[in-house]
Amino acid sequence: MAAPKKGRSANAQSRPGRTLALILIAIVALTGGMFASGETTPRLGIDLAGGTSITLEARSGQESAINKTNMDTAVEIMNRRVNGLGVSEAEVQTQGDRNIIVNIPKGTNSEEAREQVGTTAKLYFRPLLQTDSGTTTPSTTPSETSSGSASPSKSSGDKDADKGADKVTSPESSSPTATATSQGRAVTDALKADSTPSSSASESTKASESPKTTDSASPSATPTVDKETQALLDDYNALNCADPKQRAKLGKGKTTDTIIACGQENGGWSKFVLGPVGVDGTEVKKAQAILDTQTAAGWKVVMDFTDAGGDKFTEVTKTLAAQTPPMNQFAIVLDDEVVSHPQVTSAITGGKAEISGSFTQEEAQSLSNMLSYGALPLTFKTASVTTVSPALGGEQLHAGLIAGAIGLALVVIYLVVYYRGLSLIAIASLLVSAIMTYVIMTLLGPAINFALNLPAVCGAIVAIGITADSFIVYFERVRDEIREGRTLRPAVERAWPRARRTILVSDFVSFLSAAVLFIVTVGKVQGFAFTLGLTTVLDVVVVFFFTKPLLTLLARTKFFGNGHKWSGLDPKRLGARPPLRRTRRPAVPADPKEA
Amino acid sequence: MSKLGDLGARLHRGEVGYDFVGNRKIWYGVSILITITAILGLAVRGLTMGIEFQGGAVFTTPKTSISVAQAEEYAEEASGHDAIVQKLGSGDEASLRIQIAGIDTPAADKVSAKLAEDMDMKQSDVAGELVGPNWGDQVANKAWQGLVIFLVLVVIYLAIAFEWRMAVAAFIALIHDITITIGIYALVGFEVTPGTVIGLLTILGYSLYDTVVVFDSLKEQTKDITKQTRWTYSDVANRSINSTLVRSINTTVVALLPVAGLLFIGGGVLGAGMLNDISLSLFVGLAAGAYSSIFIATPLVADLKEREPQLKALKKRVLAKRAQADQDQDHAADGSYDDDSEEATPAVVGPRAQAGPRSRGRSGRRR
Repeated sequence: MAAPKKGRSANAQSRPGRTLALILIAIVALTGGMFASGETTPRLGIDLAGGTSITLEARSGQESAINKTNMDTAVEIMNRRVNGLGVSEAEVQTQGDRNIIVNIPKGTNSEEAREQVGTTAKLYFRPLLQTDSGTTTPSTTPSETSSGSASPSKSSGDKDADKGADKVTSPESSSPTATATSQGRAVTDALKADSTPSSSASESTKASESPKTTDSASPSATPTVDKETQALLDDYNALNCADPKQRAKLGKGKTTDTIIACGQENGGWSKFVLGPVGVDGTEVKKAQAILDTQTAAGWKVVMDFTDAGGDKFTEVTKTLAAQTPPMNQFAIVLDDEVVSHPQVTSAITGGKAEISGSFTQEEAQSLSNMLSYGALPLTFKTASVTTVSPALGGEQLHAGLIAGAIGLALVVIYLVVYYRGLSLIAIASLLVSAIMTYVIMTLLGPAINFALNLPAVCGAIVAIGITADSFIVYFERVRDEIREGRTLRPAVERAWPRARRTILVSDFVSFLSAAVLFIVTVGKVQGFAFTLGLTTVLDVVVVFFFTKPLLTLLARTKFFGNGHKWSGLDPKRLGARPPLRRTRRPAVPADPKEA
Repeated sequence: MSKLGDLGARLHRGEVGYDFVGNRKIWYGVSILITITAILGLAVRGLTMGIEFQGGAVFTTPKTSISVAQAEEYAEEASGHDAIVQKLGSGDEASLRIQIAGIDTPAADKVSAKLAEDMDMKQSDVAGELVGPNWGDQVANKAWQGLVIFLVLVVIYLAIAFEWRMAVAAFIALIHDITITIGIYALVGFEVTPGTVIGLLTILGYSLYDTVVVFDSLKEQTKDITKQTRWTYSDVANRSINSTLVRSINTTVVALLPVAGLLFIGGGVLGAGMLNDISLSLFVGLAAGAYSSIFIATPLVADLKEREPQLKALKKRVLAKRAQADQDQDHAADGSYDDDSEEATPAVVGPRAQAGPRSRGRSGRRR
């Protein structure tokens, strides 16, 4: 590893007290931070705290479909689902490249959760019949829409612009001509006049945020609402989307039914009446978020349909284009929730479409992910459902901790017997290491959701050995130096550069294996690898900033410096060479030659 | 223990020096034998795969006085499949771990209901764990992937930090450790679970850790080897093993102690499934790792190094010199290096046995 730096060793040599003080301050600060954060125990993993862990395995007709993008999309959708259930703290994450692990804390209906995550997402395009979404109300936008250039005042609103404020265009429409349409999110056909990029910004009008605008919008929708949907309309009027219970009742309709749905936008909820499914999500071949550099319209989402999907989409857009707002929109419905409802002003042919409308990159990517998910050639199979009761986990943790304590005690006994006084330094270092590990693990809980699971406990116990090894390497070097006839103080300094290199080289190997394990492996192995990596890093920190300076300091004491019988550094016991040896050395011709 | 301290001193002075490298053929033989046994064991007996690799369900009951045999009967009756029942913990009141292979989700729910009824418990007390047959396979597949990636990286790293011969030797030693561990699992019939796989993967880092410490000392001691004619590469390699022997013993003991704690106390007495699995493979692997870094890795490096022309030439020179010394002093210097030999060859270029290469290394650094 890195060649030892002379400057540094000289520093540590001259100011061991300062280094020690620094690390002790750091430890106190970390510990203080831990108490300040209010978390004084590491977050326990699902195996120790109890709960349900569901492992889903991706399946696909084509192997190549199981890739990071698809898996990430699936995770995003599943997250929406489990947390949409009102399940807080549920974690959804990919593990490896074909597994998704859903960890649901105890107290959740695991049966329901299992169903929720296990089924494939349903993505549909439905014509929009009615909505209270303010953005769709034409009356709120006309003034801005007609403007051919983006007004600076809108830019601030762009970020908040909901996906509802999208417009769909066919991708060919990149020419910057202003649309003739009166609405901001005009949809144009490639053959017709195109919307100006700037006009897309206009949708961001904040009027959309107030649900009150809805009512004014609804009358315009009524003419098309037939008798059968009248009942629906009543339900619709009674619906309060902000209530999760009411939302949960929705979305049981068939694909051919007219349904009521909710959608989140601008931080609030909007409700919708939606017609029968026009295009199925699986008919989206691919969706992508791209930055439109040509027209400076910002981020947009580009969709590719399959042949059949493209035909259907043409059909749907043709009908929609003929409607008046707000019924000239189609809703993109994912899991019975409206994620976007772009407006259409003309039929879109060719199986390609663009949705634009002052998206941020994140919004565009999120929408394209959802669209992609409908087309995701993945299904998920439940590979394992693990119910862990906390009692069991607690028992195992208990056993692990007892075992760790006994193991530690044995190590301490061994060190005391073998290294005598020197073992005090080793034990103090182990203690510092243990405190730091505990505090950092606790702090990592809220910071990166680190949870201590059983394998991680094992990792920490195994790490005792790795940590102790560094001291052994160093102590043996020091003792070698003493055997060569040096007194303790020079011995401690001379032994350090070489011990340091050995420690760094071997810890690097350890860390490499932990890192590879962490990145490559799945599930429980990761927690184990993480702990191992963490303790390896801490080992280096402790040896460099605690053990070494401490030994340097203690070498100045009488007890250690004079090689007391119980110091573990007694030259006689170590079988040091008689001093006569040293006088002889300069006579050896090899030395000058190489110097 | 103080004996070990004395051993350290004697090793340091070169009074004790087991000829690891000189006897390498014996150890290669032993290792080849072990490897063949392991492969045979694997081929004939195969590995006992845990339920994670077969698919099925694991139920854990609360503490109960129901006997293992009784629980087995209940489980087989309830599921119609073979069941493995283990006691977790000791004494009359211990919880039971019931593994039933080959049942799926709906069946598992029924079985757990039936089991709870038979054993007179609440169904909610019986923790069920459903394991798909692919779960373990995936863990294992990932493990192999991790192994390959790690090996490639570590060989590159060792080749840079040390040299390719050491990388190759470390690689072989590592494969050797894994083979031994798997072989023992096959022969003894320990159950292979994801915990085992985790343990095995940890050995990777640990076995190499040990090897690297020995190599580090070897690299240092052989730095200026061509500038003297007293020691062959093998001699120095042997010395570096001997000089790190105490450290190797200490390290291994200190590493094995907590693992043994996990294995015998955590796993054995208190009955913790995964703890046991991890610590068992660690225990076997650590022991194998310590063995291989001393008996296999370093002698292999010596073998590989002595194919280099300049080291071949060195060996020739050293042997010629020794033959000469033999004639002069009638002193048998068959590769051993005790204090006498210094007096025997006063004109030698190179310092004393122990301090020599080391002091050279230091002076080199100071430059």
